[in-house]
Amino acid sequence: MIPLSWLLFFAAALFCIGLYGVLARKNAIAILMGIELMLNAVNVNLVAFWRYRTPEMMAGQVFAVIVFAVAAAEVAVGLALFISVYRRRKTIAADELDLMKW
Amino acid sequence: MTTETLIWLIPLPPVLAFFLIVLFTNRNRALSHTLAVGAAFLSWLGSMVVFFRAISTEHLGEHPFVSSIPWLATGDTYFRIGVQIDPLSAATLFFVAWTVLMIFIYSVGYHNYGQPKGDHDRPGLPPHGATVRDAHGHEHHVPSIEPMYSRFFAFIGLFAFGMYTLVVSDNLLTLFVGWEIMGLCSYLLIGFWYGKPSARAAMIKAFITTRIGDVFMLLGIAYLYSLTGTLNYREIFYNEEVLRHLAETPSYIAGFSAAALIGVLLFIGAIGKSAQFPLHVWLPDAMEGPTPVSAMIHAATMVSAGVYMVIRVFPLLSAGYEETHHLTQPMLFMAFIGAFTALFAATIAVAQNDIKRVLAYSTISQLGYMIAALGIGGYVAAAFHLITHAFFKALLFLGSGSVIHGMEHGVLHTGNHHVDPQNMFNMGGLRKKMPITYWTFLIGGLALSGFPFVTAGFWSKDEILADAWAHAPLVFVVLALAALLTAFYTMRQISLTFGGEPRTKESEHAVESKWTMTLPLVILAVFAVAAGWVGIPEWMTGGAIPNWFHKFVGGTLLSHPEALPFNAIPLLTSLVVALGGLGLGLFVYRDIRAGASDPMESFLGAGLYRLLKNKYYFDEAYDRLFVQPAYWLAETFTSLWMDRKAIDGVLHWFAYISGIIGEFLRNAIDKPIVNGFGDWVGESAKKLGVFFRPIQTGRVQQYMVLALFSLAVFTALFYYLLLTAR
Amino acid sequence: MTPLQMIFILVAAMTLGAGLMVVTARNLVHSALWLVLALFGVAIVYVLLQAGFLAVVQVVIYIGAIAILMIFAIMLTRNIASESGPRFNENWSWALVIALVLFGTLAWMLSGWDGIAAQAPAISPRFDTVRELGLALVSPEGFVLAFEVASVLLLAALIGALVVAWDRR
Repeated sequence: MIPLSWLLFFAAALFCIGLYGVLARKNAIAILMGIELMLNAVNVNLVAFWRYRTPEMMAGQVFAVIVFAVAAAEVAVGLALFISVYRRRKTIAADELDLMKW
Repeated sequence: MTTETLIWLIPLPPVLAFFLIVLFTNRNRALSHTLAVGAAFLSWLGSMVVFFRAISTEHLGEHPFVSSIPWLATGDTYFRIGVQIDPLSAATLFFVAWTVLMIFIYSVGYHNYGQPKGDHDRPGLPPHGATVRDAHGHEHHVPSIEPMYSRFFAFIGLFAFGMYTLVVSDNLLTLFVGWEIMGLCSYLLIGFWYGKPSARAAMIKAFITTRIGDVFMLLGIAYLYSLTGTLNYREIFYNEEVLRHLAETPSYIAGFSAAALIGVLLFIGAIGKSAQFPLHVWLPDAMEGPTPVSAMIHAATMVSAGVYMVIRVFPLLSAGYEETHHLTQPMLFMAFIGAFTALFAATIAVAQNDIKRVLAYSTISQLGYMIAALGIGGYVAAAFHLITHAFFKALLFLGSGSVIHGMEHGVLHTGNHHVDPQNMFNMGGLRKKMPITYWTFLIGGLALSGFPFVTAGFWSKDEILADAWAHAPLVFVVLALAALLTAFYTMRQISLTFGGEPRTKESEHAVESKWTMTLPLVILAVFAVAAGWVGIPEWMTGGAIPNWFHKFVGGTLLSHPEALPFNAIPLLTSLVVALGGLGLGLFVYRDIRAGASDPMESFLGAGLYRLLKNKYYFDEAYDRLFVQPAYWLAETFTSLWMDRKAIDGVLHWFAYISGIIGEFLRNAIDKPIVNGFGDWVGESAKKLGVFFRPIQTGRVQQYMVLALFSLAVFTALFYYLLLTAR
Repeated sequence: MTPLQMIFILVAAMTLGAGLMVVTARNLVHSALWLVLALFGVAIVYVLLQAGFLAVVQVVIYIGAIAILMIFAIMLTRNIASESGPRFNENWSWALVIALVLFGTLAWMLSGWDGIAAQAPAISPRFDTVRELGLALVSPEGFVLAFEVASVLLLAALIGALVVAWDRR
């Protein structure tokens, strides 16, 4: 059997990799990919805790399903936004989108 | 409706009529006088209901109709105002309601309702008459309608409100409110024909003169309130403890108790309102107003308010009198003022030729009677004379108005506007032209003179004389002399006006007045006779008819006054002076020819006659003593010396100093400290903003890095603190 | 070391490596492909955790829908897939520090937690997880409200995406 700690460390590592992508990448779509990695790390955690703590209650899996839904919605809206922004400014580099600056 | 509710409602209709006329119906004469007369009728109706319920109530003195509401919070208690009908106010309400209603009806005719508009009439001047052309093309001069007809009814409506308020109120404050409303109305109505300079002067004179009395009265009310904490009649005048406390408390003036000082102060208010010496000067001048006003208000109703108030506060004036049977200081004061005024005004009346002025001075004289009666303890006598006098004096004044009206008709007929329609020497023989006016005027005059056994005036005057004989013989002598003069000048007036042959063409063409004027005369004539029958002394009828009035009004007091036993001297005296005066007047003035001079002139000598005719030169003396110094004070002393030199100088100096201080404050404090601090705050905020501005890049990722970095730092700090705390 | 553990280590290594390639690849299309691999690795982890339904959903939704959607978006926004220009912004060093610190903190906190050594209880063969999940999602005692809210959210996202990306010209 796989120890719980392995799964948790795996999820933490995946989460930090995603976070790095979100913070450091220039391209907005790459940032979105980083977010997807982070969400997957969360889902791994949810499922691992379900399996190791309360397999008879389906709460962990249900939450994972809802995270799927949220991720799908987020990607759809995010990509739509990027396309819209690209159409106006011919770029989706995050550090060039600084309209809110002083 | 309960009696208490009804009492609250009595004063309201006239004031409603006042507002309705002023605000809405001013243009419509018929509607205006309908409103006013209707309101007077409603108040009259309410008053009659209340009066008859009052006289059918046993022991009304102990348990009067009272009702009050909390009005003004004073500390931890309330000042309550309300209404009260006890025997005295019930009796007063009776004559007020009747005379007010009569005057309202009379005014319709007096102001020529139904006549055409005048040719040259202007608001503010009496109507001058109109020219009409009949079917045959003849021109006639007829009386014209008063230009400010509606306004007159509005004013007397307000006046009636004031009088009713005064009568039904249960405390001195609302009494004072009604008192002052009447003061205002008096001012407005005396100066009703404001186009006449004499009317303007008279209105100001009346207002200022009564104001002098009012100030003292207000002082008295305030002093009373500060000592007792209430102004309610029952709580002060029907409360032995309070009265004794007031009588035993020394006042600011040595030798006077608090009760005495308050009494004197309140009495000075009555001196002003009831035109007693030395504040009597305004009343004769008040005759400048339209006759219904100068007549009724200044004879039957308003001046009666002063006497009513003094009768009301009589327990205070006489506090201590019951035990010692010595007249208290305020009573002595009143006896002196009243008796003096009675004689003094009567002597002036003898030499007056203006029909209204004779009556004005006779009013002052009769009010003096009442004051003197109170001064010698004749509580019931004073109230009795107040009521009978109100009826016959209203009758006489309205009658004189009718006479003047008839004379004005004659003046319009002849077109000679230089004839004074008020001068009695221009009249004569009017008994044939104006029979109703003549008979009613005769009844009123006989009542005023005290014609024995029939008229109301005899009984009330006789009671005063009997009281005076029993308590103060000196007062008795003075009053008897005044009564003689009264009968004499009354007969002089009647003889000159109605007797003999017409002395002028105008009096030949005088005509009787309309029914709206004669009907009130007839009704008042009935009362001028019958009002006295309620107070016939018991010795007269051998006890067969009880002296109802004495018992009824006497119940208002804590200790009911005893009716005096029979005494022949005052009775004989009043018989002699009344009949003697009347006979003498008739004898001297029975047949005065046109152009003849007054027989008084030769009898008294030119000097004394002129002194009386000019009212002892009181107006001139007051002018020198008060009016001229007041002008000097205002123009020279106050305006020139005090205002321009002293006060302006001080103010300029203050302004200069203020400028210097302001300059110093500005340069030393405002600019460096206050402005500097304000600037520093602004500049600091700006510098801080510039310092922090670079982190505001608008880049989401940088924000996130910063946020996470801060989160990490704070988490570390938190854990560190948590660990060290363990 | 059991075979299961061996498989997990291999899959985890593959997934993390693919994740690293996602955030570092110069070409955006390559990143997307690496993302597909990482998501597939996660799906295998679900299988290892006996959550077969989720594994299928992961493949169908994430790989089949989301990743493909991203590739489409990359291709729709022209000339950004090129390798020109820097991959990272000027904060990349700070981001690295933060990511490492976060991982360190998480590892430290997890190793200090006494539940870390928990053993997975056995699931009885009669316990059908898919059936239970389905019941939990739609039963009023379960998570029907959350399920319905999620459906509304998806609808809103659908309409929102349409509105935002609509070319009004």
